[in-house]
Amino acid sequence: MLKNTLSRTIASVALCATAVVSLPAHAGKTLDTIKSRDQLVCGVNVALAGFSSTDSEGKWSGMDVDYCKALAASILGDANKVKYVPLNAQQRFTALQSGEIDILSRNTTWTLTRDASLGANFVGVMYYDGQGFMVKKELKIASAKELNGATVCTQSGTTTEKNLSDFARANKLDIKPLVFEKNEAATGAYQSGRCQAYTTDASGLAAERSISKTPDEHMILPEIISKEPLGPLVRRGDDEFFAISKWVLNALLEGEEYGLTQANLDEKKSSDDPNIQRILGTSENMGTLLGLDKEWAYRALKATGNYGEIFERNVGKDSPLKLERGLNQPWNKGGIMYAPPIR
Amino acid sequence: MAFWRNQKTRGWLYQLAALLLVAACIVWLADNTLENMRNRGIQSGFDFLSQPAGFAISESLFGYESTDTYWRAFLAGLGNTLKVAVVGIILTTILGVLLGVGRFSHNILIRGLCLTYVEVFRNVPLLLQLLMWYLVCVEWLPNVREAEPFLGIYLTKAGLALPWFGDMPVKAGFGIKGGVNLSPEFFALLLGLTIYTASYIAEIVRSGIASVPRGQREAALALGLSRGQTMRLIQLPQALRVIIPPLTNQYLNLTKNSSLAVAVGYPELVSIANTSLNQTGRAVECIAVIMAVYLTLSLLTSAFMGWYNRRSAIKER
Repeated sequence: MLKNTLSRTIASVALCATAVVSLPAHAGKTLDTIKSRDQLVCGVNVALAGFSSTDSEGKWSGMDVDYCKALAASILGDANKVKYVPLNAQQRFTALQSGEIDILSRNTTWTLTRDASLGANFVGVMYYDGQGFMVKKELKIASAKELNGATVCTQSGTTTEKNLSDFARANKLDIKPLVFEKNEAATGAYQSGRCQAYTTDASGLAAERSISKTPDEHMILPEIISKEPLGPLVRRGDDEFFAISKWVLNALLEGEEYGLTQANLDEKKSSDDPNIQRILGTSENMGTLLGLDKEWAYRALKATGNYGEIFERNVGKDSPLKLERGLNQPWNKGGIMYAPPIR
Repeated sequence: MAFWRNQKTRGWLYQLAALLLVAACIVWLADNTLENMRNRGIQSGFDFLSQPAGFAISESLFGYESTDTYWRAFLAGLGNTLKVAVVGIILTTILGVLLGVGRFSHNILIRGLCLTYVEVFRNVPLLLQLLMWYLVCVEWLPNVREAEPFLGIYLTKAGLALPWFGDMPVKAGFGIKGGVNLSPEFFALLLGLTIYTASYIAEIVRSGIASVPRGQREAALALGLSRGQTMRLIQLPQALRVIIPPLTNQYLNLTKNSSLAVAVGYPELVSIANTSLNQTGRAVECIAVIMAVYLTLSLLTSAFMGWYNRRSAIKER
């Protein structure tokens, strides 16, 4: 009786092997596959409040989920034509490589190793994050640099373990990592006092704090110890689908820049701003260049609203997480969210 | 008679052909997988093992630093697996034999307790037991800051700290420095594996003893041996022949079940391999390492138990 995940990983590796063996290279474009099955298969996080989680009725919501919806709306004309495949951190890349999913939208950090050696391409950045620490207020510490000798709980299969070691080494701290397979186990050990601190991306810390029974007893330390640009990934070898994925994300960002919201989208169709006309397909037809039709961006924006709306609804001021926009503001409002132009 | 008419030779040839076919299939599969991985831009190979791992491990038998290589990290994980497996096998054997023998006790209370133990622990999933022991360890033990030493021993949420040849454990910051330190993760895993496996071993021992003909016991008692002597000198040695083969299975199970440690944060081989897999993306390679290690450990255990079994078998003189 080997561990469940292990056997699942083996199964997916075996699946990968058979899938790889039985498919000729470059068979069927991803777009054709999605259209013929009339469904987008999207790999998401099992449970991360604000990014992807299910409610009591099994409905998915979150930023990563909304991106899948926008993509499905753009390609298939219906935001509900998505099959969500919940994946843990270890399974995610194998699932993408083996073709089990079309796109991986699962708060994944863009790094060189992952971009260069996994047979995948990062589509862009959905959320600029950074790793931080949460501690109990009763510890009475104000900085992560006071964590010398501490035990820190974290979930396995992420970039956090390495960042933690780097931070400890750089600051000559003796920090013991305690690595759990499941996030609930890691937070459980932190809550019980086995670990003095819990570390993950700052957005994840806010999410954990928001669902904790006693949010006021915990504080997030000011240090952000790493850069974690989170974004979706697609398989290599299909540039057409790669381009569609990129530009749907860009359309959501441009939508915010030009003030296109879910509510005002139809009245903006009569706008005489050439930029808006191009995005909504009322003048030039940009969609055909992507292999879609002229309303590709209109449908995406109609389904989920623009990037700002997605942010505020899931993790921002309209959500329990109450995260600041920070770096995730558009470039012309003090952030670094910048989309290349749709033209 | 021509040699291909010889049934024995033909038997060998068929087996050889079957073996070659299987080998060819494996080679073809591996080659195809590798080529397709290359085509898709997935890098593969074991070269990553000599790269620095870059992550720390909370406990290790031999000094391991985050700047060490991946293969040192795997070694540290293997060390932790062996540590819990070896200690676990010893403890579970003692506990299991006591429980199995206890089933033959004349004291109804002892008999009943042993039966209850077996039925309870055999029928609750191991993962649940591990989580329960871990919860007991981290919820009920005191915080390091509030803990007072007892004879120099600290038992806290940070684990059990014992003095070691004059090296006394002392509180330092958030943790405890000095002495020998056993973590709650190790404890929970050891406790869970020992108690769970012992319930199976108890049944094996019970059935082994029950298989010894009753006359043996009656004859020993008639000769004037005490009940304890009869068990120790007459019944158990004969029961061993029946006990050892299934006992080997339980030892293998215990070793393999130690991979459940990821649930309670103990950094054994699978946990380390998971982390490495995620940082390097070399899924096939990391899984291959895990499989090779468990296969080797299992074969070694089997070989040792096989030798012990031959030694305790009936020798006809």
